[in-house]
Amino acid sequence: MTQTRSLIDENGKRTDGRTGDQLRDIKITVGVIKNADGSAFIEFGMNKIVAAVYGPREVHPKHMALPDSGVLRCRYHMTPFSTDTRKNPAPSRREVEISKVMREALEPTLMLEDYPRAAIDVFVEVLQADGGSRCAGITAASVALADAGINMRDLVSACAAGKVDDRIVIDINDTEDKEGDADMPVAYMPHLEQVSLLQLDGILNEEQFNQCLDEAVKGCKIVYEVQRKALMQKYFGNETELKEEQ
Amino acid sequence: MQEIRRKYVVPGDRIIEGNFRPLFNVIKAGNSIIATRIGIAEAGREGVKVIPLSGVYIPRVNDIVIGKIMDHSSLSWEVDINSLFSAHLPAQDVFGRDFSPARDDMGRELATGDLITARIVAFDRTRDPMITIQDKDLGKVPRGEFVKISATRVPRLIGKRGSMIQTIEQATHTRVLIGQNGIIVVTGRNSEGIKLAVRAIRMVEEEAHTANLTQRVKSLLSISDSSSAETSQSQPQNVHKNAESQSTIQEVEEELEEEAEKGEKI
Repeated sequence: MTQTRSLIDENGKRTDGRTGDQLRDIKITVGVIKNADGSAFIEFGMNKIVAAVYGPREVHPKHMALPDSGVLRCRYHMTPFSTDTRKNPAPSRREVEISKVMREALEPTLMLEDYPRAAIDVFVEVLQADGGSRCAGITAASVALADAGINMRDLVSACAAGKVDDRIVIDINDTEDKEGDADMPVAYMPHLEQVSLLQLDGILNEEQFNQCLDEAVKGCKIVYEVQRKALMQKYFGNETELKEEQ
Repeated sequence: MQEIRRKYVVPGDRIIEGNFRPLFNVIKAGNSIIATRIGIAEAGREGVKVIPLSGVYIPRVNDIVIGKIMDHSSLSWEVDINSLFSAHLPAQDVFGRDFSPARDDMGRELATGDLITARIVAFDRTRDPMITIQDKDLGKVPRGEFVKISATRVPRLIGKRGSMIQTIEQATHTRVLIGQNGIIVVTGRNSEGIKLAVRAIRMVEEEAHTANLTQRVKSLLSISDSSSAETSQSQPQNVHKNAESQSTIQEVEEELEEEAEKGEKI
């Protein structure tokens, strides 16, 4: 990761004009896919990602079913047109990895013991990629799971933090991911106050690591508010308090 | 009743703190009760629950469901009940204890594709649910318009003490058979009435969580409060039918107290 140019200018602004503690714009729409049991579309900066949840449903192949618990299956996939040069649609090493970490990030929140012998399938399709797509994918998948009415202990929010030009910044974009010093995606369950995903690409000392984690968690809490609002909007419209009907 | 507190929740939301009994779609974490589904939380004297607004149907014992015969083996029928598990109807339930696979023709009693109203007798999630049709108002559904809605909308479609469904039935001169699994069969003499009833059911499904739904359903059916009473008076036969269908509805009632009340009535 050799630096070719300064990623933070003299005013403290980053390549896309954000300050160090500023997230990209996030927009979530719930229930975009009619055929799915639950779905969500997220625009996280320039990322455009669709997540769809099917289930709980019968497990095929049958031997994958567990007698005492449900199984969660995740598929993260980037469309061939999601990047500037065509991406081969076959699952790459990276996609297989992200599918796995995504499953592990969502699993602790799901009450799979309520759905023995069943499967819950999560499909995350990246339509446009701009760095941080795994975080955006987890965020969307969590909203889609809630939309599908699957019992969950909490929502999962994800956000990355990292080191750019020796400074800790929040929500790394594509350029900063490629040219920066470190990238740390974190998935966090805000009510349970637990981290369900933590990856790190780059080198940080202990102090930087702690700072990075704190910043990422702060980001997750902002993401959570957007998730909550999107779900509320879909199910209750603009009402936030229940009015008694009579 | 006044003690019941309601609010909108998403998974992870803290509904209430204190020593309350968790009923369903909630978990207890320390001293607080947490919602696990999107829906309307209700904290009452008997406990805390969330009435979910989305999700697939998970069978529960004593639910009345409408199912479709998919296939049969030599000893039981396989019934699709709009859930992730297919239900089993034992042949002995229909033919009696002296059922013999060699003598009795299962296909003649219930053929593939037939619709049945059934009650779930046993389900513990480790095995597929078992159903029965040996009860009052259960058995083959001979005709009607088939409608499928989300199972989470069923309580809303029935309404408080069956008010919503009675409104629809009376205004359209139809009989609406509701399965707890979200499968509905509408029957009636008049095809226009059936069409209108289906539209009203669809409307309830789409707008289940919004306020003043009864009013909007009434305006769709173009009735005011007074005219609905008139309709019921001018159609005594129809009212009788409604009373019949209520006994089925009674078992799919959403609120426990209401169920208790109904039980006394019948």
